[in-house]
Amino acid sequence: MTSLPEPSAIKLGLVIDLDICVGCQACVVNCKEWNTSGYGAPLSDSDAYGAQPSGAWLNRVHTFEAGTGADAKVVHFPKSCLHCEDAPCVTVCPTGASFKRSEDGIVLVNEDWCIGCGLCAWSCPYGAREMDPAEGVMKKCTLCVDRIYNENLPSEDQVPACVRTCPTNARHYGDLGDPNSEVSLLVAARSGFDLMPEQNTKPVNKYLPPRPRRAANDTPMSLLAMADEATPSGFWKWVDSTLEKLG
Amino acid sequence: MRPAWSIIFFTSISGLGFGLAAWVVLGFIDLVHPQQIFGVGGLVMLLIGAGLLSSTLHLGHPERAWRALSQWRSSWLSREGVLAVLAMLALAGWGWHVFAIGTPPLWANIAAALLMAVTVYATSMIYASLKTVARWHHPLTPICYLMFAAAGGLLAILWLQAFLGQGQSDAFELAVLLALASAWGVKLVWWQIAGANGSGSTLASATGLVGLGEVRSIMPPHTSENYLQHEMGFVIARKHASRLRLVALGLGGGLPCLLVIMDGGSAMGIGLALLLHMAGVFVERWLFFAEAKHTVSIYYGHQH
Amino acid sequence: MSVEPIVERSPKVADEVKKTTCYMCACRCGIDVHLRDGKVRYIEGNRDHPVNKGVLCAKGSAGIMQHYSPARLRSPLKRVGPRGSGQFEEISWEEALTTATGWLAPIRETDPKKLAFFTGRDQSQALTGWWAQQVGTPNFAAHGGFCSVNMAAGGIYTIGGAFWEFGSPDWDLTEMFVLFGVAEDHDSNPIKMGLGKLKNRGKRVVSVNPVQTGYAAISDDWYGVTPGTDGLLILSLIRELMQSGNIDVDYLRRYTNAPWLVIRNPGAADDGLFLRDDDGKPQILDRNSGKLVASNSRSVAAQLQGEVKLDNGAIAVPSFMLMAEAYLDDAYNPDVIAGKVGIPAARIRQLAADLAEAAFAKEIVINQPWTDWKGEHHETMIGRPVSMHAMRGISAHSNGFQTCRALHVLQLILGSVEVPGGFRFKPPYPKPAEAHPKPAGRPDQVTPGKPMAGAPLGYVLGPDDLIIGKDGAPQRIDKAFSWDAPMSAHGLMHMVISNAVAGDPYPVDVLFMYMANMAWNSSMNTRGVMEMLTAKDDETGEYKIPKIIYSDAYQSEMVAYADLILPDTTYLERHDAISLLDRPICEADGVADAIRWPVLPPDRDVRGFQSVLLDIGARLGLPGMVNEDGSAKYADYGDYIVNHERKPGIGPLAGFRGENGKAEGRGSPNPAQLDAYIENGGFWHTEIPDAAKYYKMANVAYQDFAVEMGFFDSPQPYDFQIYSEVLQKFRLAAEGHGNVQPPEHLRARVKQCFTPLPSWYPPFEGSAIDEDEFPIHALTQRPMAMYHSWGSQNPWLRQIHGHNPMFLSQTLATKIGVGEGDWIWVTSHHGKIRVPVAVMEGVNEHTIWTWNAIGKRKGAWQLDADAPEVKKGFLLNHLIHELLPPKGDGMRWANSDPITGQAAWFDLRVKIEAAAEDEPAEVAPQFDQIASPPGLTKPEAMLRYGLEWTKSATKKSKKGQ
Repeated sequence: MTSLPEPSAIKLGLVIDLDICVGCQACVVNCKEWNTSGYGAPLSDSDAYGAQPSGAWLNRVHTFEAGTGADAKVVHFPKSCLHCEDAPCVTVCPTGASFKRSEDGIVLVNEDWCIGCGLCAWSCPYGAREMDPAEGVMKKCTLCVDRIYNENLPSEDQVPACVRTCPTNARHYGDLGDPNSEVSLLVAARSGFDLMPEQNTKPVNKYLPPRPRRAANDTPMSLLAMADEATPSGFWKWVDSTLEKLG
Repeated sequence: MRPAWSIIFFTSISGLGFGLAAWVVLGFIDLVHPQQIFGVGGLVMLLIGAGLLSSTLHLGHPERAWRALSQWRSSWLSREGVLAVLAMLALAGWGWHVFAIGTPPLWANIAAALLMAVTVYATSMIYASLKTVARWHHPLTPICYLMFAAAGGLLAILWLQAFLGQGQSDAFELAVLLALASAWGVKLVWWQIAGANGSGSTLASATGLVGLGEVRSIMPPHTSENYLQHEMGFVIARKHASRLRLVALGLGGGLPCLLVIMDGGSAMGIGLALLLHMAGVFVERWLFFAEAKHTVSIYYGHQH
Repeated sequence: MSVEPIVERSPKVADEVKKTTCYMCACRCGIDVHLRDGKVRYIEGNRDHPVNKGVLCAKGSAGIMQHYSPARLRSPLKRVGPRGSGQFEEISWEEALTTATGWLAPIRETDPKKLAFFTGRDQSQALTGWWAQQVGTPNFAAHGGFCSVNMAAGGIYTIGGAFWEFGSPDWDLTEMFVLFGVAEDHDSNPIKMGLGKLKNRGKRVVSVNPVQTGYAAISDDWYGVTPGTDGLLILSLIRELMQSGNIDVDYLRRYTNAPWLVIRNPGAADDGLFLRDDDGKPQILDRNSGKLVASNSRSVAAQLQGEVKLDNGAIAVPSFMLMAEAYLDDAYNPDVIAGKVGIPAARIRQLAADLAEAAFAKEIVINQPWTDWKGEHHETMIGRPVSMHAMRGISAHSNGFQTCRALHVLQLILGSVEVPGGFRFKPPYPKPAEAHPKPAGRPDQVTPGKPMAGAPLGYVLGPDDLIIGKDGAPQRIDKAFSWDAPMSAHGLMHMVISNAVAGDPYPVDVLFMYMANMAWNSSMNTRGVMEMLTAKDDETGEYKIPKIIYSDAYQSEMVAYADLILPDTTYLERHDAISLLDRPICEADGVADAIRWPVLPPDRDVRGFQSVLLDIGARLGLPGMVNEDGSAKYADYGDYIVNHERKPGIGPLAGFRGENGKAEGRGSPNPAQLDAYIENGGFWHTEIPDAAKYYKMANVAYQDFAVEMGFFDSPQPYDFQIYSEVLQKFRLAAEGHGNVQPPEHLRARVKQCFTPLPSWYPPFEGSAIDEDEFPIHALTQRPMAMYHSWGSQNPWLRQIHGHNPMFLSQTLATKIGVGEGDWIWVTSHHGKIRVPVAVMEGVNEHTIWTWNAIGKRKGAWQLDADAPEVKKGFLLNHLIHELLPPKGDGMRWANSDPITGQAAWFDLRVKIEAAAEDEPAEVAPQFDQIASPPGLTKPEAMLRYGLEWTKSATKKSKKGQ
């Protein structure tokens, strides 16, 4: 059903910490291996060993850079479906295959109904959807809906694969609709933001900005000078008096 | 956006079909003999049908295309599907009425014509409703589609008049010329202003990295092309696009107008003009996709 | 259609989960392998495992595709075409093993040195080194010589442990962490976890690296140092800290050899050696009594300045005075060195100030009493919470050893080694250099038909320990432990082929290698090495290296150059011991080891290399591998792991020992040991007692714990060696003292480079070329998602890194008039390559860099001939030579560190220029295609992994197969 449901109280989503992501691609690959044998058809790879390998992935890590010279800042940037509140990918879908769950806000593709028209991918500003080359249906982050309620998994593992695997702990999962949840508190504390807010999709996933660095030419604090002067005799005086105090 | 011939064909041919159908139901061609009814009706249905069929070639699962009729409440694509079906049914009904009873009443003709127009409008809104493609997301986009459908339809009527040996008036020829000129005129304006200010999104808003200096992409997430890049990363050089615009204008507007002026009475001449016009529309439609930029390209390094 | 689809909440995941150890890099995380229908469904990190605690990086997460790679070798192979052609025929294991034994047995009986046995990226050196010793050849090493021996040796000789495997930052308590040039996998997940922790604790992360990607990207301060100058930077920091009194003198005098008295007797044979008492103990001055006492005397207030007059008229001074003399020199003033290191003086001072603040203003005190080995009881453990980590960025230079030592000295003057918040050792370290065996291989130690009188690798303590003949000639094929590279604790694998073909010091008969892609990305001078492997003797027409045996799991580029291929298993099909005797996985607070075990049986005729090695050893009748009746002692590697005792009670695995499986560290073999490990999640772990957790090198509780665990047989406490007497001994020999002296052509170099206190000298390549002609430094970095050459066969990983660009700074790009996507020629003294350009700002302005090992040769790894790895991927290796540019003296000067022989990969100097417009958009050089061995599986074009378990409307691919 592509009309958006009534907004649910629960808004499950991810918080991505750009201050900590080192661009290792763990989340990207772990997502691929979990999902290729999981929800819906496998995540195929065409020309897998050839000149133009191209596969369907649900999560990608870009690398950007801001500024110049010694003040340049490299930022590794994971991107996957933001499970928007006002998801355009849901409303453009002609068959109802693309839907937003009323229970928890997760945006999913019902692969039995998807006709592979690609319009949802066109409507997504973020490039969160990719067509599977073999199956001809649209693939996207499922927020590991097949893990988060899965009684076959231990309770501490009922989290998205990307969150569990992230070695730097740069990915957080929880209910962004609950202002007191861990993720919501994190967003508040670190000024988490939306991607492309001007697109009015009201993303649920939030990003935490890199913590500011001091400028490369900031005046250094002076060393706590304990020596009288920077001369050998001054140095030895200091050594001697320090040893004296130590006894 | 990667131009897909199935979609180009779909919008162009079905646009022509609906445009022609609208002028037909408004009575711009005499349908007296059964051959005329079935011939013209057949032509219209062929154009619309071929266009729709072509659109399914684009699908990953064409066998499920019927499901696309379900989400008309929210989806322009679904609306277009429903409307197209209704339009075809309406045309079939109209044709039967003409065949069995005679010309339907004026309100029915106007309603049918409006249905054609709304269908074309819905087709264009599939693209125009997308905020992600600044060039498409402009009020002039559906206007262009409608005007091309109308102008093409009028040109097709002119041809049918010649082909069926029905009388053509200078006024009508003038109308055809004006329609072509204004359609291309609006297109020229569209080329200038649609999307000129971008989508409003930039690398800074896409990444949230503000206050750090100019943001740029230094490493793509993958070294081989993926679906997003293939579908939406298509880039055409400015020079190349300008040249193609001229070609479109020439084939789709200039030459047909010339032929209409020079040889407005001959079926061959107008037939050729129609073919050239469609060729020009194909090029225009190709550019419609090729020159379109999607916000996802920002993540792949475009500044906006 | 307004009904919301129902989504299955608890779909089946797997039939069972088996826990083993990952193999994608040297990190060795614990993994949970989910199996379904006898296939791998999913691999994730093991939450209980001490190394990774549940996380798993991209490489580990791609394990499924590694395990099912079409490039897997499928049976033993015998070469039938010319070497390098890739033409093989499949043979049986019996034929392969008989052939190998037939080649090795006569060598063993007549001249064991004719066997060169070198292993690449394996972690079973305790077995392979022992095997080499039993065969009797000194010509063994693993890859450390071309990897990071400078870090290992620099660390062990200075502080008794090293970064990465033997040490780790105190992530929970540190206030400031400084990371110098790290190859991401040393060690991958623990560093990532640690960095995440530090950022969330709000602590300062500093990166000193010419390139700002990865870990450097999230640093709070990035210092884009010029490659090869880190030592200068560090010495400048030492100067700033010393002269401003921001050093921990108490720590220095208690735990280091700063107070040890050094003889100053210029020209004499004891100049620069420690003053020792009659028991040979180094002496120090007691401040209170003014007397000379042994350095390990209890409760002494050691003196750091003063002069002792000796009987022979010479004097002795505390080595601390020599430190002050060396480092309080204007030569290390930030203003003076700023240009060379590429960092403004103000920022160098900033870094020094940050270090001082973290170390002294944020001191940590833990209320944990402990006793030190000199008899003093402490009520608390004091910490100066500055931690550091460094790897190949420092190591892969001809000045890397001294730079690494300088870094350790920086840590020591800050009082930050083995303290709360600082750098901590991981068991079985710390161990001083003296606690390690010395290498064997001298003529009197090599006897045909018998094992060598010691292990082939070790730690020398002076010229007398060198592996040279009476004439001073190197005895090992790689010239390790000779005057060419005296302290080459890990050998010089990168020189083996070159030396063997040049017959310098001598030719070999059999080159036996394991998992080392020497015919491609693991060699310098790749084309040259390929030619050397196929070089023939003019007279005999035989290959100059007559026989090459190679073991690998996959069809790497090296496979085509071997005569006999012994195919290895994948990591899910084998036994392994991640052993304390090898490269351990302990953490600072606990001891751990782990296993791999066959989670799935191999589906082809392959055998684990270590099992094969033991089999060959048994066939050769090697002691320790055969029973008294000559039958094989071990059925396979698993059997060896459980039952082999290196010393009584000490085996490869320390856990679940003894009859009842309850002994730890020492205990008799337990036949059910592997099952115990499997039940425990594939690993064993025990925590170090609280009183033993810090100050391990001096902590009686730790030393006792270490003896209990079997790390050593008696306590091995020691003082950190800032001043290295070992280096001074080599220097004295170069000055003309003693029985063992360097050859004339090496005297000057030894005198210059073997300074007993860390120093900096310019990298050799820079000094050997015209720096105006080759002004740019060229480096590689390890991509986080790939590991050496292994990633390209992986259909998932190769979509992320299918080819690599050369990254330039915008300044450089503008200078030569190129932009993103253009092509350039990069030229060194040795070669030239044509490569595509990428541009970034976060890079040292004199440096260009690329990802390593992505370029592949046409025909290898079961990739298509026009794969991007072939057409647009490239190796920097083509520009690097294993020898320095000729000096005109007819000698072959290795492009290595003169102290350890470390391959100086990152000394590379180049020039760059735009390629011509009409040149093909393809990397150069290109090589001929190598054939694929018979029997390999054909890769599927459309890969749909998991199809059998998932819902698909198109069970067969619909869009082309």
